[in-house]
Amino acid sequence: MTLSAEQLESLYTTMVRIRRFDEKTAELFQAGLVKGTAHSYVGEEAVAAGACASLREGDYIVGTHRGHGHCIAKGARLDLMMAELMGRQDGYCRGLGGSMHIAALDLRILGCNGIVAAGLPIGTGAALAEKIRRTDHVVIAFFGDGGANQGVVHEAMNLAAVWALPIVFLCENNQYALSTASKRTTAGPSIAARAAGYDIPGARVDGNDVHAVFEAVGAAVARARRGEGPSLVEAVTYRWGGHSMRANLPDYRTKEEEREWMERDPIARLGHHLVEDRHVTPIRLKELEERVEIELERAVEFAKASPEPSVELMEASVYAPHVEVREPAPTGGRELTMAEALNEALHGEMQRDARVFVMGGQGRGAHRRDLRRDARPA
Amino acid sequence: MGLIGGIFGVTRGLREKFGEDRVRDTPISEATFLGAGVGAAIAGLRPVVEIQIFDFVAMTMDQIVNQAAKFRYMLGGRPTVPLVIRGPQGGGIRLAAQHSQSLEAWFVHVPGLVVVAPSTPYDAKGLLAASIREDNPVIFLEHKALYAVKGPVPAEPYALPLGKADVKRAGRDVTLVATLAMVARALAAAAELEKDGISVEVIDPRTLVPLDEATILASVARTGRLVIAHEAVKRGGWGAELAALVSERALDALDGPIVRVAARNVPMPYNDSLERATIPTPQDIAAAVRGLV
Repeated sequence: MTLSAEQLESLYTTMVRIRRFDEKTAELFQAGLVKGTAHSYVGEEAVAAGACASLREGDYIVGTHRGHGHCIAKGARLDLMMAELMGRQDGYCRGLGGSMHIAALDLRILGCNGIVAAGLPIGTGAALAEKIRRTDHVVIAFFGDGGANQGVVHEAMNLAAVWALPIVFLCENNQYALSTASKRTTAGPSIAARAAGYDIPGARVDGNDVHAVFEAVGAAVARARRGEGPSLVEAVTYRWGGHSMRANLPDYRTKEEEREWMERDPIARLGHHLVEDRHVTPIRLKELEERVEIELERAVEFAKASPEPSVELMEASVYAPHVEVREPAPTGGRELTMAEALNEALHGEMQRDARVFVMGGQGRGAHRRDLRRDARPA
Repeated sequence: MGLIGGIFGVTRGLREKFGEDRVRDTPISEATFLGAGVGAAIAGLRPVVEIQIFDFVAMTMDQIVNQAAKFRYMLGGRPTVPLVIRGPQGGGIRLAAQHSQSLEAWFVHVPGLVVVAPSTPYDAKGLLAASIREDNPVIFLEHKALYAVKGPVPAEPYALPLGKADVKRAGRDVTLVATLAMVARALAAAAELEKDGISVEVIDPRTLVPLDEATILASVARTGRLVIAHEAVKRGGWGAELAALVSERALDALDGPIVRVAARNVPMPYNDSLERATIPTPQDIAAAVRGLV
């Protein structure tokens, strides 16, 4: 599938929005307006932009701690994101979440995540929900080369494969987990090669080439939409900056390596392609970039003008209102065991509400009999 | 779970009635199938996830503590996570240290979780129904020694409110708050003490979060004495939280120290006489009450 010049302009804009957003965030972090920490996506823009280009409104993403790019590519607003980074009332999370927890459920962005690879089980669950509802919505679950070594990555891929869930596991291999080189921590020829173990498609692509990402993820999304199950895509890329904006780590990469990767700038590559092969004028690109500048300026102004959240917001945000139920009818003469009573509740609720479903680990038959015999009051 | 109805039969018959789509046997990947429950809940379904033996919940703590419990809060207090995580905890059937723990204090400590702990079939049915209708993540603790215990249960569907204690026995002299399998033992102790003219009020909070503080405090205000009985180890147990709460809020009402009756601070042993020596007995509870009057 080839992208039209119009689609490519849109991808170009998305990538510039991601880059300029994180460059601006770094400035604001230095100025003390963005606090705590944030993780810049600069250098990796082609991955999120190319991947999300195949998604529709009903599709989901789950992001990572380096998640601004994921959110922007899925349609998040820069002003609400910036307000969140500044911890303000009008931010996506009303100032309670910050950089690592931006989410927009109306856009089906199920959240960045501060726990490495924790989004994969969650994304798998969203894919399960869509499968149970028999829609053709799909999920892209982003994770990194560092996250690839978490146990839940194996578990999630196995579960998604055995249940043929509509999910794309997208590894952004930026080659460093914080300061540790991936090759020092990761066995095997590649992350993508692991797909063979689950008998699902696996592809390794140049993550700085938006076309390559679009094609590989597009094929995986199409497969998921057809109900044929998950895929694994590994996009090899590089972050230009440090692990986080706190920038408190000594050098762990060579200048040569950094320069080499910056020469493979995904935005410059796409710009070059647009001008050389698609007859888009440099003036047109400039115009797109200027529009982003205006949007970004407005986003920063919006964020600065937004009030700080109130202390009252906190306690009120922990729990949804508890369920309100009427006191039951008086008890009759019928007696049940607790196991039977629980079973009856499950039957009743599953009957009452089609959204209720149950799942859990298997038990062996003989084991069950033994336990039931023993499960008598002491 | 789907095929055989779980090792205690709680999910029996569901697969036949509701199909494989809604009754799912998972791989032994607790962290991920629980996390998939979180994701499905966020995506609008209402999953009930079974932890086969609740000690295995340790495998899932990131998804419970960092994801399910905090999702609504981190996102500004708007999303809901209608997820029930249920399964058997507790000892008494010689399953030793990794299959017998009582871990409710872990969950009580984490803001964002509801913690439910029924002691009778009637409460179990009504509280599980309520938990499934609840929009917050619920830790639903079932004591494995109670599965076979019988009691009256209405046939019609019903739900019980979360955060409402049940006074299992009214009394004047001592308030005895007990949870899960300790409720029956507390009632046995109370019956024994009655013979000696000691009137004990036995309260089962039924849900630890939210907690019906009013019922407990009102009882203590009348009796002036509080004994707390739970099966979890004493150190850092839920009883410490309740003792602190009552001493902060009702110290003036107390005529003596708050006494906790709980398991020894040891992992559960395999040997049956040692296991019996670890879990509080009705005699232990009665002795604690006698010490106060």
